[in-house]
Amino acid sequence: MSRDNILHRVRTALGRSAGQVVADPPPVRIRIPVVDIEQRISTMFARIEALAGATHRAATPADARAFVAAAIEGQSAVASNAPFLAECGIATLPGVRSGVTDREELRALCATADVGITSADYVLADTGSLVMIASPREARLVSLLPPAHIAVVPRDRILTGLDELFTILPNPAEVTSSMVLITGPSRTADIEQILVRGVHGPGRITVVVVG
Amino acid sequence: MSVEFEEKIHNTLADSNLQLAIYTATGRLKDKRTETVASDELPEYQELRTQANALKKHTIENLDYYLEEFERNVEAHGGKVVYAKDGTEVADFVLKLAKERGARLIVKSKSMTTEEVDLNERLEHNGLESVETDLGEYIIQLAHERPYHIVAPALHMTRYQVADLFTKRLNVPRETVIEKQTAIARSVLRQKFLAADIGISGANFLVAGSGAVVLVENEGNIRLTTSAPKIHIAVAGIEKMIPRAQDLAVFLKLLGRSGTGQLLTVYTSFLSSARRSGEVDGPDEFYVVLLDNGRTRLLPDRGKRQSLYCIRCGACLNTCPVYRKIGGHSFPWVYSGPIGAIITPQFMGISHEPKLPFASSLCGACSEVCPVKIDIPKVLLELRSDVKKAEVRDHRNRLEKLAFRAFAWLMTHPRLYEMAGRLAAAAAPGSSGWIRGVPAPMNIGPLRAWLSQRDLPPAPTRSFREMWRRR
Repeated sequence: MSRDNILHRVRTALGRSAGQVVADPPPVRIRIPVVDIEQRISTMFARIEALAGATHRAATPADARAFVAAAIEGQSAVASNAPFLAECGIATLPGVRSGVTDREELRALCATADVGITSADYVLADTGSLVMIASPREARLVSLLPPAHIAVVPRDRILTGLDELFTILPNPAEVTSSMVLITGPSRTADIEQILVRGVHGPGRITVVVVG
Repeated sequence: MSVEFEEKIHNTLADSNLQLAIYTATGRLKDKRTETVASDELPEYQELRTQANALKKHTIENLDYYLEEFERNVEAHGGKVVYAKDGTEVADFVLKLAKERGARLIVKSKSMTTEEVDLNERLEHNGLESVETDLGEYIIQLAHERPYHIVAPALHMTRYQVADLFTKRLNVPRETVIEKQTAIARSVLRQKFLAADIGISGANFLVAGSGAVVLVENEGNIRLTTSAPKIHIAVAGIEKMIPRAQDLAVFLKLLGRSGTGQLLTVYTSFLSSARRSGEVDGPDEFYVVLLDNGRTRLLPDRGKRQSLYCIRCGACLNTCPVYRKIGGHSFPWVYSGPIGAIITPQFMGISHEPKLPFASSLCGACSEVCPVKIDIPKVLLELRSDVKKAEVRDHRNRLEKLAFRAFAWLMTHPRLYEMAGRLAAAAAPGSSGWIRGVPAPMNIGPLRAWLSQRDLPPAPTRSFREMWRRR
């Protein structure tokens, strides 16, 4: 059996025996800088804009709702089951389908919708990344299949960066099957190094911070 | 140097369009890397490299422990780990699963590991359709070529070549605008994603403490490959292991910057299982195939095992004065550039292309940019030494074979054999024979070395045949 053969070869090569203990791995130096929320938001917005993403600051949930309503006017949209979208009244906007719990139905919706609307579990300020944790509230395909993605996030979810994320969430596997960081719109430069956005994922991304 | 290797190098050097394409593309990637790791952008860059090196060293030195920990954690979340010693075992596993599930269409995301074992060819040979979905990989799959570069597989092709290829293979009107070519690929591949039964990905990292596969990309095809079909299979070399999720804080900061000059690639996926209770989408089955394919062969060597620290960022290719002239397809295997020059001979055996470790000026630019600090020139020197030792061994073997063939011939010709016996007796030192002044066999060049470990009895003055006749 290859499993035992390979493990045996590895152990023989390394001079180790089965079940032999291992010293702790070298420590990773984690830096979580103290950055106030306004600074975090402006850094994050600058990063997202540098990647050709759009940003919007909404003072209240009602502002966020109005912004999204204007952004999707005349288009079809699918929204995730994130409670924050319901709180903002975005899930119930005209033209928005939400509350889908069947895989096939959601897939068909996402494959035809013009816009996918989600929240995000966290946002990383120093890279402008959305952290999407798959759950009954956030499906994977809403932020992936439609050509445009709008993420609406309360401002208290903005972290400084990767170090803080992995401090809050030392083992993402405990809480989800899939954690995805989204940093800007889908892109490629595979032909002649020419940048093209929206190759498989959304070519347009808009991040709305509420509060 | 094999004729093929030499010929490919000369062809590349003679093609001025290709020279320009390689030089421009690698130059751009190189400059972007330099900007993003500059000390005002990332003051802790050198410290991160040191940490990454220490983490990889620790993991490789205790690899069996982390493989087992990884396996336990994947299984704790309902997934399955399969070990494969080579490409045949990877293909057998996929084929068996496909048969059991009645699967026909496979979507694949870019993976050097599956390139290594020709997985697409093996699957297609058995009647499955296996489609590459990264734009560059899709193009080279249509062209039946190998990736030109670890992170930019179709670097060598122009928009006009892509236009011809799409027209020929996809039956679409000729289109030379790159945005529109991308849109064509998007719509063809979108249908594949939605119809596929199985998604096969590679892995950038395997996180032992989480049982998770980590994948980085810019297009979204990896997310689709791992989310849309009902089955996700990740195929990864055993050396992709890291101990904990937290270590990603080090590796992710280095990988995007070193590869393409991005702080993070557009998508970073951390996948640890099939969809869990209540999750609306995602696969129903999650498998990780851990591939050996020659990796355990280079573990025993303390000096060279650092070759397994590589995170496949491609920075060494972009900076290498040799790669930038001879390009990716001159290299004899899927891995090109400085990293290809050290892992190809170790995975495949040095006889695969013995001149490969010599195709370097040892300038050291590669190890300066390596995010995990692999001392590539040192490994190249050790491989050169291995090649030379093998050549010497080989040369000796050839002489020995020749000598034994001559001896066998003599043994099957009785008259000649007898004559040779008489000559030997006549020349034997101290005999009263008629030949004088011939050096003893143990003093003759190559024979001396051979005889230093063997006894050669002195030739008798009268042979057995002679005694028999005179009896």
